[in-house]
Amino acid sequence: MSADILIQVDKLEKHFKGGDIKALDGVSTQIRTGEVVVVIGPSGSGKSTFLRCLNLLEIPTGGQILFRGTDITDPKSNINLHRQKMGMVFQHFNLFPHMTILKNMTLAPIKLLKKSQAEAEETAISLLKRVGLADRSGAYPAQLSGGQKQRIAIVRALCMDPEVMLFDEPTSALDPEMVGEVLEVMKELANDGMTMVVVTHEMGFAREVGSRVIFMDGGKMIEENEPEAFFSHPKEQRTIDFLSKVL
Amino acid sequence: MNKIPPPGELWPAIAPEWMLNVPEWLEDFFFNIYKCFIYQDRYLLIVRGLGNTLRLTFFALLLGIALGVIISLVRVTWDKNGAEMRGSGRFFLRLGNILCQIYLTVIRGTPVMVQLLIMYFVIFASTKNKLLVGCLAFGINSGAYVAEIIRSGIMSVDVGQMEAGRSLGFGYVSTMQYIVIPQALKAVLPALANEFIVLLKETAVAGYIGMSDLTYAANTIGGTSFEYFYPLLGAALIYLAMVMFFTWLVGKLERRLRSSER
Repeated sequence: MSADILIQVDKLEKHFKGGDIKALDGVSTQIRTGEVVVVIGPSGSGKSTFLRCLNLLEIPTGGQILFRGTDITDPKSNINLHRQKMGMVFQHFNLFPHMTILKNMTLAPIKLLKKSQAEAEETAISLLKRVGLADRSGAYPAQLSGGQKQRIAIVRALCMDPEVMLFDEPTSALDPEMVGEVLEVMKELANDGMTMVVVTHEMGFAREVGSRVIFMDGGKMIEENEPEAFFSHPKEQRTIDFLSKVL
Repeated sequence: MNKIPPPGELWPAIAPEWMLNVPEWLEDFFFNIYKCFIYQDRYLLIVRGLGNTLRLTFFALLLGIALGVIISLVRVTWDKNGAEMRGSGRFFLRLGNILCQIYLTVIRGTPVMVQLLIMYFVIFASTKNKLLVGCLAFGINSGAYVAEIIRSGIMSVDVGQMEAGRSLGFGYVSTMQYIVIPQALKAVLPALANEFIVLLKETAVAGYIGMSDLTYAANTIGGTSFEYFYPLLGAALIYLAMVMFFTWLVGKLERRLRSSER
């Protein structure tokens, strides 16, 4: 079983303001290849911090993260190389507003993977077709709707051919009618076997697509289980309280 | 008509006939134009002065932007990452930040003319290359203002842009280069244009180290012809025309850059 562990997290800690605030208080888990791990919890529970620690956008103050067996929290490891293999999608899309969609998608493959422009554009266009936005390749981000922007953000990350995709509340900034189109893309991605870690409030997505649900509160992992069991038979009182509020 | 000092006595002889058969105030006008700009090829002083002003502004601008970008990057990098850094990198960045702050304080806290005089009479007392000294003095001065302008631009770019760049695998410097700085420069273009205009006009004090810039040339003509109004008015109009042309140019550039906002 240990052979297909993609990310191993050991006693992860993140303290802000010199230890006063414990955003993460000893979180340990494993993310296996092909898994869709959905992280839920109340706001301030540390779920976003946990996700952002996985690719070191937040530097953990304690603990270890092994990505494919390499300790990426070691200052000597080259985090830029590891990040190429960890795609990330943000709540606020974070597309580059001064570049066209095509440029947004091809910049990193050309500069970092040393792909030729033709090769990078070919990949980008075929990905755009998959999410039904091939006709917008020449547009600027400001000309797109929120749902379109988030779909672009997903395929921009996919252009780097990552081994895992991290989603930080990808639908929280969207108008309700646009949530579906983004979740649809994520569902297809999961069906294709992509390893995903998703922080979300979409319980339907967690139940339907997730292979495992993690519930966090107060910087700690309270409970984790398979979606069916998690939603129908939550064990911890805090999980029960949370689910009774959101379901 | 008795126009003294010279070239008064020559005037009726060389003036075209029709210029002498106009009302006296208009003839005066023609005569003064002739005296200030044509006689003894005095317009050449203006042309050479303009050339010096443009050269001085251009090189000072390049130096100012280069200094400004470097200094703003040091300051922003320290402000954003200094707390999380360790080891020798932190030490050098902190040292750089302190040096930059001293530079900003001294340069912004003293008049550019004093800086120019110190450069020429103290630091570079042995060189006679006034253009070089002028470019250094104005460039170093402008750099301090450009640095703060660009720093404000970088800080106005959403932190998500840096995170998005880093999450794709770009290093800090590449993310700055491809993603943050282009957006920052676009945001501060009007402020940078303003700084350029200030710089162009500020070079008028270069005459204090004996550089014959546009203002100095106009002053020289005034001194030799005893007529200050026309040469100074001419210099003023040239400055005005240059600033108006540049403003128009920047406006065009801004409209082009705005194409991605539609």
